[in-house]
Amino acid sequence: MSLWRQITGGLRVLLRRDRADRDVADEVQHFLDETTDAYLARGLAAADARRAARLDVGNAAIVREQVRGAAWEYRVATIGADIRYGLRRLRRDGGFTLTAVLTLALGIGAATAIFSAVNPILLDPLPYPQPERLVAISDLGGDRSRVDVTYGSFREIAARSRSLDALAVARPWQATIVGSGAPEQLEGQRVSAAYFRVLGVTPFAGRGFEDVDDRVNGPNVVVISDGLWRRRFAADPAIVGRAVTLDDAGYTIVGVMPRGFENVTAPAAELWTPLQYDPSLPKDGREWGHHLRMVGRLRADAGIDAARRELDAIAAAPKPDFARPPWATLGNGLLVTPLQDEIARDVRPALIAVVGAVLLLLAIACVNVTSLQLARGAGRRGEFAMRAALGAGRGRLVQQLLVESVLLSTAAGALALLIANAGVGALVALAPPELPRAGAIRVDLAAFVFAFAVAAFVGLVTGVAPALQVARLAPGDGIQRASARIGGGHQTARRVLVVAEIALALVLLVGAGLLLRSLTRLFSIAPGFAPSHVLTMQVQSAGQRVAAPANTHRFFSAALEAVRAVPGVEAAGFSSQLPLSGSRDSYGVHFESTPTGLSDADGGAFRYAVTPGYIEAMGIALRRGRAVDAHDVDGGPAVVLISESLARSRFPNTDPIGQRLRIGPSDAPWRTIVGVVGGVRQMSLALDAADAVYVPDVQWTAFADRAMWLVVRARGNAAALAPAVKNAIWSVDRDQPIARVSTLDTIVEASAAERRFALVIFEWFAIGALLLAAIGIYGVLSGSVAERTRELGVRAALGASRRDILALVLGQGLALTLVGATAGLVGAAAASRALATLLFGVSRLDPATYAAVVVVLGGVSALACSVPAWRASRVDPAITLRAE
Amino acid sequence: MGENTDVIQGTLDMLILKTLSLEPMHGFGIARRVEQISRGVFKVNPGSLLTALQRLERGGLVDAEWRQTENARRARVYSLTRAGRKQLDASTADWNRRAGAIARLLKADA
Repeated sequence: MSLWRQITGGLRVLLRRDRADRDVADEVQHFLDETTDAYLARGLAAADARRAARLDVGNAAIVREQVRGAAWEYRVATIGADIRYGLRRLRRDGGFTLTAVLTLALGIGAATAIFSAVNPILLDPLPYPQPERLVAISDLGGDRSRVDVTYGSFREIAARSRSLDALAVARPWQATIVGSGAPEQLEGQRVSAAYFRVLGVTPFAGRGFEDVDDRVNGPNVVVISDGLWRRRFAADPAIVGRAVTLDDAGYTIVGVMPRGFENVTAPAAELWTPLQYDPSLPKDGREWGHHLRMVGRLRADAGIDAARRELDAIAAAPKPDFARPPWATLGNGLLVTPLQDEIARDVRPALIAVVGAVLLLLAIACVNVTSLQLARGAGRRGEFAMRAALGAGRGRLVQQLLVESVLLSTAAGALALLIANAGVGALVALAPPELPRAGAIRVDLAAFVFAFAVAAFVGLVTGVAPALQVARLAPGDGIQRASARIGGGHQTARRVLVVAEIALALVLLVGAGLLLRSLTRLFSIAPGFAPSHVLTMQVQSAGQRVAAPANTHRFFSAALEAVRAVPGVEAAGFSSQLPLSGSRDSYGVHFESTPTGLSDADGGAFRYAVTPGYIEAMGIALRRGRAVDAHDVDGGPAVVLISESLARSRFPNTDPIGQRLRIGPSDAPWRTIVGVVGGVRQMSLALDAADAVYVPDVQWTAFADRAMWLVVRARGNAAALAPAVKNAIWSVDRDQPIARVSTLDTIVEASAAERRFALVIFEWFAIGALLLAAIGIYGVLSGSVAERTRELGVRAALGASRRDILALVLGQGLALTLVGATAGLVGAAAASRALATLLFGVSRLDPATYAAVVVVLGGVSALACSVPAWRASRVDPAITLRAE
Repeated sequence: MGENTDVIQGTLDMLILKTLSLEPMHGFGIARRVEQISRGVFKVNPGSLLTALQRLERGGLVDAEWRQTENARRARVYSLTRAGRKQLDASTADWNRRAGAIARLLKADA
């Protein structure tokens, strides 16, 4: 009842404010009239009675304020006024408002964008049921590095392990789809039957794979993604059972994955087909090649540690039922990692560094806003003192400032959302290609709320501080101080803030500097080949016409002839894998000169099946002997080239030419070494050149490489040759898809994508931080100069030259910079630890980088100091003294 | 230094309710009645009185309406509601209990 009256009464007043005001005024008037009457009755003259009554009753306006101020709706009404006044003030202090809003918006926006990108990769659980039970299992190499597993190992673990509910392997698969639209090369995966069961996702239409699908010569069936179903098949509701032609073979679509299904082991994959490997595990087959990714789902009651123990025990105890070839003995154990860690493995260091960078930027933004608010508060002390003297309570002043802070934060928040949105787009575009879950990256509202809350809280607290300060001062004091412009304690606080800002900016600058130097170092490394003027593309041989290995080889050699005939081509060749392109095709190599067949010591080497011309087109150095040439034919003497690292480690004292080696299984043919070539960086510029063997493709009879990389050395612009080269290949067979056309230079650049990603972000953030720090120094110094105008005037009057005053102010600014830089150097030395894995060829304490950064920061701060210093030196003593 | 004529803190509401329990009255009437009956000990200023009346009205203890008075002026006349009467009884009893206790304490001291 009374609450109801409270609300309706308040609303009535709010809606009809004039009437409410008039009511109170009328009541006061009534008081006045009656009191006057009372005085008249006592015999006073009319004028005297009126004056006495007015004295008794008091000022009608004040009574009205008192009555109205007691009700809740008064707050609402005044907030409206405060908002209007706040907007006016913010518009008037345009410079402050713009700087504060931009600073806050940049900090919040950048933090939101970065966290939005990082959350799905590092923090959010994978988009599957009970994602914590998903693990990745890898084989381990001699140096404890992870190695893809073989199908044989998969079969053994699947049969013997008890801690896994389901286990599956997958490998990449590219297939060209024809019919119903233009031919298109699709990314896909060949998977063992349990693959979707491991992930815990079932197709929304049709079915997944059964064991009967995954057998040698099993049915040609595919499961397609929702995206492919919509794009290629117009979301045909009768899709299940439909026939489709992939690589000239007929397949049946048996299932469509649900919308939103994310395939984290291969994000670009759009179709899946059963692996169909041979469970009898022929020793010379692909069944024993290290090229599969294994994923497993832990049993609900088995932890990952239990699984690790069990799999290590299995690895350490071979059973006769599961014979292991020498290159897949599991002798180093197995690596079991949560799937989430596994997919983020490559990008984690870059992401963590970037998160650190954005936190620094957010901190700098908060510091800057605090400093701005303090300065503004100090400038408005007179205003607040005046309002307090006129009767504004402390609560009223706090309310006014809260309203202004909220307005500021709201504007910044709105702008930050725009920035975050653009930033997320830019991040995805900039992201290294292997960034997992890129599709799941969108503006993360939780991240936005977090960043906004931090920044708005800082803005709020610092914005309200001046009102609390004023309330503590005696009104007269405040007015005096405001007019006398004597520097106050807030200058100390602002100095501390500026020092903090400079220190934080220096940490970011050092990070950017270290990354920049790393990248420069990395690109100055000789990769073992000459990347300029080289065009590359992947050429597939698909379809029945070229199905037999001999036909495949014939196609590639005919294509090569055609390419060589293109004007502008200097050299050309094919290779089964290309350096820095992400492929990792390695085999155990056994040398005849090594006594036993024990293979561990022999280790693995990258295998390149190459045509004549490849070594020349790549510009790989020929150290001894000869390269592959046209005399190396199928059925002729089997030859091989080895890398110089192999030559050094295997034949330290003898000539390797003429020695023999075997690649892969023990029944593989012996090959005679005819040449030694320079080392090539295969996986990364940052990794030393690995051991490698090159065999003529026509002599690689284990299987035919269906996708070969064409390498064309051009006389002029390599990229410009692309259309002519493609046409030359299509002149041989116009149905063969060509993919991943690019120059070798581009491939080399892309190989350092994570470092470049981190570098670009650090560069932008460091520039932002530098700007903010400069604004901070400038603000403090100009504030200080403005407040010390009188002092400077006196100094000038007493004979200080302009130079002296210039030096005084500059010195003050540079002292701040020095303190900040010192703190920053210490901070950077500590923080650089987080960058260590991204650095290359540069110590994280690299003195040159630190020195250069200090010079840059000093220069910028000198620039920021020079304007207020110059202004100080122009202070006219006569004018300032007269102004007092 | 004049004598203190402020109403004892927290008792203004009760005094208003008591005054209105005799008959409906306008603001000035309430102030004059409090002053007269207290023989000038308490003086009520219009700001406090109108604020208190607004509070009591919102709390449902009094009703208010504009009326013509006997001397042909327009005045806002307040009257006690049933809830107001209840509240008056409660606060009167409470006050008497406290005042009695204080009186006894002061007597004992003297």
